[in-house]
Amino acid sequence: MNWEIVIGLETHAQLSTASKMFSGGSTAFGAAPNTQANAVDIALPGVLPVANKGAVERAIRFGLAIGATINRRSVFARKNYFYPDLPKGYQISQFELPIVQGGEISIVTKEGEKKIRLTRAHLEEDAGKSLHEGLGQLSQGMSGIDLNRAGTPLLEIVSEPDMRSAEEAVAYAKTLHSLVRWIGICDGNMQEGSFRCDANVSVRRPGAPLGTRTETKNVNSFRFLERAIEFEIKRQIEILEDGGKIVQETRLYDPDRDETRSMRTKEDAQDYRDFPDPDLLPLHVSKEWLESVRKTLPELPQAKRDRYRNEYGLSSYDANLLTETLEKAEYFEATHKLLKRPSPKTVANWVNGELSALLNERGVSFLQILIEQKALANLLDRIHDGTISTNAAKEILHGMARGEGTPDEIIEKRGLRQLSDSGAIEKIVDDILARNAKQVEDYRAGKDKAFNSLVGQVMKATQGKANPAQVNEILKRRLAR
Amino acid sequence: MLNASLKDLSSGLAQKKISSLELTKLFLGRIRALNDKLNAFITVDEEKSLAQARAADGRIAKRASQPLTGIPVAHKDIFVARDWLTTCGSKILSNFVGPYDAHVIARFNDAGAVILGKTNMDEFAMGSSSESSFYGPVKNAWSTDCVPGGSSGGSAAAVAARMAPAATGTDTGGSIRQPAALSGVSGLKPTYGLVSRYGMIAFASSLDQGGPLAKSAEDLALLLNAMAGFDPRDSTSVEREAEDYARDLNKPLAGLRVGVPKEHFGEGLSADVGKAVEAALAKLEKLGARRVPVDLPNSGLSVPAYYVIAPAEASSNLSRFDGVRYGYRAKNYRDLGDMYRKTRAEGFGAEVRRRILIGTYVLSHGYYDAYYLKAQKIRRLIAQDFVEAFERCDVVIGPTSPTVAFRIGAKTSDPVQMYLNDIYTIPANLAGLPAASIPCGFGVGGLPVGLHIVGNYFSEAKILNVAHQYQRETDWHTREPAGLKQ
Repeated sequence: MNWEIVIGLETHAQLSTASKMFSGGSTAFGAAPNTQANAVDIALPGVLPVANKGAVERAIRFGLAIGATINRRSVFARKNYFYPDLPKGYQISQFELPIVQGGEISIVTKEGEKKIRLTRAHLEEDAGKSLHEGLGQLSQGMSGIDLNRAGTPLLEIVSEPDMRSAEEAVAYAKTLHSLVRWIGICDGNMQEGSFRCDANVSVRRPGAPLGTRTETKNVNSFRFLERAIEFEIKRQIEILEDGGKIVQETRLYDPDRDETRSMRTKEDAQDYRDFPDPDLLPLHVSKEWLESVRKTLPELPQAKRDRYRNEYGLSSYDANLLTETLEKAEYFEATHKLLKRPSPKTVANWVNGELSALLNERGVSFLQILIEQKALANLLDRIHDGTISTNAAKEILHGMARGEGTPDEIIEKRGLRQLSDSGAIEKIVDDILARNAKQVEDYRAGKDKAFNSLVGQVMKATQGKANPAQVNEILKRRLAR
Repeated sequence: MLNASLKDLSSGLAQKKISSLELTKLFLGRIRALNDKLNAFITVDEEKSLAQARAADGRIAKRASQPLTGIPVAHKDIFVARDWLTTCGSKILSNFVGPYDAHVIARFNDAGAVILGKTNMDEFAMGSSSESSFYGPVKNAWSTDCVPGGSSGGSAAAVAARMAPAATGTDTGGSIRQPAALSGVSGLKPTYGLVSRYGMIAFASSLDQGGPLAKSAEDLALLLNAMAGFDPRDSTSVEREAEDYARDLNKPLAGLRVGVPKEHFGEGLSADVGKAVEAALAKLEKLGARRVPVDLPNSGLSVPAYYVIAPAEASSNLSRFDGVRYGYRAKNYRDLGDMYRKTRAEGFGAEVRRRILIGTYVLSHGYYDAYYLKAQKIRRLIAQDFVEAFERCDVVIGPTSPTVAFRIGAKTSDPVQMYLNDIYTIPANLAGLPAASIPCGFGVGGLPVGLHIVGNYFSEAKILNVAHQYQRETDWHTREPAGLKQ
């Protein structure tokens, strides 16, 4: 009998504000320990929180982007527990009334498109960090506390248990990751912990009620997410098939051992004594505010994909690749606009193909414009007007990346201009045909390979500069006689 | 000079009849003479105060002074002040030196006032007698066997004994008004949100409000002018136009509708207090006010509701005192959990621990609805009672406290008896309303009685008007404790 896998994800996206969720402290990553924790962040006596408007606005952007309800009134609450990296002894979060409720995200897998529903998204603050090693000789056996991260704004995005495989979960995480960057609310840097997932996994017999789930915490790469879920699925199925029971618990993924381990079970779950934070008034989002935020939203990935298919006649594959990031899509559109004769498919092929490969090789993104849109459009125009071959264009692109100049300059410098003078090509073709009577005979006897050999010889004789389409055409014409 | 009003001190300073340095020295001398007896101050730092006084004199010389420039003011030790020890009356903060100025402190500093010292108080403002301080109990200036009221008992005693011309306090359930009543001084708790809570160490955030204590309503108005004002660092601070709280002091009371709630004159009110309050009401009628009976039907529920909400918030607010980053930390501990337990068990006194336990309990899973949510509902009902009352009257007047000051130790073993001290004052905190207490006579043992005046939201000027008109016709507020005569 088979098993159905049920997965829901809780994702913490660090919001890209300059200051913290409830204080003016800086959120910059990588500063010396405790240098970016101000009086509010370290919870001195008497200090008070003030909600960061920029963080609230980013939550609204997210809600609008996924078609969710933006609660006009949401409430900050305190989650109480003691830990040295939690300076106030409570975390400010949202419980009963989150700012964002509902919404959905569309993912694409091998099986096609699927909608994943979202439960909610709420604002909260991050805790600091506890450091248990590497504190030096004098601090043997001690722990260090770094409160730089304390108070950093987070949007916790909770999905419904709508995913049915690790592949779907990863596709969801990637789509979400792309979306939060697209709408400019999170830098998506997973190494720095700006985007991290907790996976709720359970298995059941098809049609049966939901099984007991486990929550695997703080997975910070897509590969680890896939590995952690796969491990968890296998572990749970093995237990159930051996007649055992799944224990509801929180687990941790260990990438070194490629396994999940139990952190704590539901039995030792704490009572966080949540209650509305009396230091913060309920958060009100006016209609005007909502509308002004809506106006600043870029065209969303789904809308762009649909438009690329309908307006430009691109394939879903091309449209998906182009909309991986907003920068890439914008690059594509700008380049296309600059072409003398529009050809969306050509631009898509170059942006998704050669240019992406080049950027990848150099480890840069579409954000850092390595090749200006104008230059790429110019290059594609030169292919189109027959000045250069596609192969030469690839060479020119790499030349441009090295700063050798504009396409036209490189064409001249390297002598890459195509031979398009049909008279000249005809002369060469006639010469080759005269010297290769055997291949001509073979071709006429129906051996297609002979044709390719003849093309090759013409190209060789022109040092590859002849326009291949033209060569083909002339050869065919001459051979037909 | 020790009895002079702030207005007179201010003009004396402006006319160079006295310097701020002389004035500050005068009060510092008075503190030196009396503090051993009353224990009103936790910290006095003469050098710091005198430096501020010299700076104020410089300002006066440059004719750049404001009404409070050069005037020494004592601050409750709940306000964080830069470079001043700020203990909140607790062992757990017994080594905490303020790294910044509370909004209230900054306002007084900007006005050129002199910090005279930090006054003693119930630990974390939890108490009605100023007995729960780690620094020992404060004594009542009128009878050192008695409590001065609390939690702002140090501030009340300091003003009563003329150790300070004025002081700040905070009021969560009556902590300005009740000690003002028991110590024979005037005190005002402003509308919630009028005075920034930034830098005021939190007890119960939704109830805490800072305010002044002084010898008269007129002085309170000058002090409130300095204290009130929007502060973007406090999300509950109300953004509204600045006003002069002294503007209506001299308005006649003709036509004033005084609401008298029968609920505040029933069982539990001692006869001497009732008599003094009745006499005060009669005096107000003589001044043209009209008595209107009003109902506050839910006011009997205010003490239980308060003792759910305030401890709930306190249990969370006091979590930051964990021995990790500042303050007291236990000496010997096995591990993190042991450090937390010992630090907090040793650092907090019995009353604070009791309230943390109550608060933790009422917020716990399975009890939240029955206690915390229910208490919030009662809170709304109590606020609604006042909304209805203020449709029929301009101010609600009654006793501030059911009795005059009681003997030190008399109620420490019975917390509920202690809590009932605030039965008349708590409703104003639950509703967020402004309220004052002013002296209105003497009761058993020659101890002062306070008159409680509650106004509608942001009607501080009205409350002070009523109080000032009463004080123009009476001299209770000018009396000073005989045993401490200058």
